[in-house]
Amino acid sequence: MISLTYVLALSGILFAIAVAGVFLNRKNIIVLLMCIELMLLAVNFNFVAFSRFRGDIAGQIFVFFILTVAAAEAAIGLAILVVLFRERSSIEVEDLDTLQG
Amino acid sequence: MQTIYLTIVLAPLIACLIAGLFGKAVGRVGAQSVTILGVAISCALSFYVLYQQVFEGAPTFNGTVYTWLVSDGLQLSVGFLIDHLSAMMMAVVSFVSLMVHIYTIGYMADDDGYQRFFSYISLFTFSMLMLVMANNFLQLFFGWEAVGVVSYLLIGFWYKKPTAIFASLKAFLVNRVGDFGFVLGIAAVLRYTGSLDYVTVFGHASQIAAAQIHITSTVSWSAITFTCICLFIGAMAKSAQVPLHIWLPDSMEGPTPISALIHAATMVTAGIFMVARMSPLFELSETALSFVLVIGSTTAFFMGLIGIVSNDIKRVIAYSTLSQLGYMTVALGVSAYGAGIFHLMTHAFFKALLFLAAGSVIIAMHHEQDMRKMGGLRKHMPITYWTCLIGCLALIGFPGTSGFFSKDSLIEAVGASHRAGHAYAYICVVAGVFVTGLYTFRMFIMTFLGKERMDHHTQEHLHESPWVVTVPLILLAIPSAIIGWFTVGPMLFGKFFEGSIFVAPANNVLEHVGEEFHGSASFVLSAFLALPVWLAGLGVLTAYVFFLWRPEWADAAQARFKWLYTILIDKFGFDWVNEHIIMAGARLLGGGLWRVGDQLVIDDGMVNGSARTVGWLGSVMRYAQSGYLYHYAFAMILGLAALLLWLIWR
Repeated sequence: MISLTYVLALSGILFAIAVAGVFLNRKNIIVLLMCIELMLLAVNFNFVAFSRFRGDIAGQIFVFFILTVAAAEAAIGLAILVVLFRERSSIEVEDLDTLQG
Repeated sequence: MQTIYLTIVLAPLIACLIAGLFGKAVGRVGAQSVTILGVAISCALSFYVLYQQVFEGAPTFNGTVYTWLVSDGLQLSVGFLIDHLSAMMMAVVSFVSLMVHIYTIGYMADDDGYQRFFSYISLFTFSMLMLVMANNFLQLFFGWEAVGVVSYLLIGFWYKKPTAIFASLKAFLVNRVGDFGFVLGIAAVLRYTGSLDYVTVFGHASQIAAAQIHITSTVSWSAITFTCICLFIGAMAKSAQVPLHIWLPDSMEGPTPISALIHAATMVTAGIFMVARMSPLFELSETALSFVLVIGSTTAFFMGLIGIVSNDIKRVIAYSTLSQLGYMTVALGVSAYGAGIFHLMTHAFFKALLFLAAGSVIIAMHHEQDMRKMGGLRKHMPITYWTCLIGCLALIGFPGTSGFFSKDSLIEAVGASHRAGHAYAYICVVAGVFVTGLYTFRMFIMTFLGKERMDHHTQEHLHESPWVVTVPLILLAIPSAIIGWFTVGPMLFGKFFEGSIFVAPANNVLEHVGEEFHGSASFVLSAFLALPVWLAGLGVLTAYVFFLWRPEWADAAQARFKWLYTILIDKFGFDWVNEHIIMAGARLLGGGLWRVGDQLVIDDGMVNGSARTVGWLGSVMRYAQSGYLYHYAFAMILGLAALLLWLIWR
């Protein structure tokens, strides 16, 4: 029987990879979206793990909600991405600095 | 009676408003009629009040007419205190004012500001009456400031003349210095007695006398001395005492009727009147009275000296005014308040007379004021000549004239005093008599006697002034000549001022002098045995020798005593000190405050500085806003991590 610690550690590693992806990625904004998805999945992993070890099904129900929201978010994100590409002919993160003060 | 008092005050005010606000509508004749009518009503009622007070024995009136506001037990009101002192002052003020009003018709006949002038002098009469009739310090201060404002307006009456503007500003600023002391004095009175009402304050005078002002734990001042000196500093500016006298000679830039009314007869005596009114306070402080005495005697002697070298006919009389005001102040300083007020009254008549006579000469000379271009006017202007002679005799104290009675008894009072500084004061006032004789008759001789030194054109047009000018001269000459004879007994040595002026029994020098008084006639005769009359005669003789008999001696003396002449022409350097040290210092201070305080600290430092700081902060902060998503995300993660750490380790 694997203990809770391993599962949580895996979840933490996944989240850390996602964060690192956000910081290190300079090129493609699609990778950024994927990293965000990965963060959500890491959180989902936590939910499932706690639900399993505490014997409470509610946590797994939440996962479905989160997956649904994440799918909707990805759809909207990709749609914005398409518009952005049409507008600027580029999806490089380095180019997107219009927020600069 | 209250209605009468109100009418006395309000008649000139209403006349002033009509002439001032509706000057165009009522025209020149309308303005002069309405103001003369207003002052004539005041004058007639003032004499009625004086008659009631003196001969009918009417009780002293002390009543509030209007309460302005009451705050925490402090009552600010308009009220009248009518006793012998104020009744006499009202009569003198309104009478001289009436004479000047009539005279103005002739003097200002060709002036564009005719209605404005009448409006101002009526306003002045109103202010001065408010001042002398006041029964509380607030109203006194109101009148005090109002006469100051009118004086400013009138000195600068010819507002296109730069010297007049300068003189009016000078008068205003010097009076502010005095007012600073005066307000402090009133504040001290309020602080120690909790009231501004005369009667209440005088009733609590001993409270002020008992109090001490602690500067440090060991140094302390007597509160009464502090209060009295502060009040007297106000009087020093208003009554032109050294060193705050500098505005008065310059005020001669104004029209002559004003010099007569304000700068000789009435306004400048406000300080003397005020000190006499405050006698219950001043009597409690020997130190303050000694201060008054020394200042007064210095003014009396040294300002007279300047009159000897002045060539402007009005300035000679102005310096004589300074000197005579010094005499009055000396009388106050030796506790002979009655003598001071008596001299104030006689001086008001003969000095107004002298100024109006000088004005009459100036009209005839086509506004030439330099005495070196006059001379020999006697046969052209007989009425002016004779009235001016009476004025001059009264001024030098010729036995029998009004000025003689007041000045001689004043000098005797100084001689009888034992106050600190009395020896110096006695020397000053006695030597001043000689100086008075000298400058007065120098002026008289240079103007009316000797060769005619004016140019041909002026000489052809010389003639006596119109009746509106000569009638006031005659009407003023009568009291100048005789009023002393009738009033010296009751006013000085009788009980005239009992109840209005308080003199401590130990200080009562007038009573001492009065023991040897046996009627006016014997007073005149006994004067021939005393020094002052002979000194005055010697002064007249000196003037005669140097300016009529041997004029070349005057030039020789001037060359021989060049240093003395220079000092006197420079007026002892008061103007130099004022211009080069006080004024320059004030300008330097103002410039410094403007550059450092205003431009550097407030403008550059606080206003622009705060804007610049915010701008700089923003320009630094904008580097944190890179616009890249991952930087913001990084900041969020860092913040989250810091928050978690804080939650764990707190």
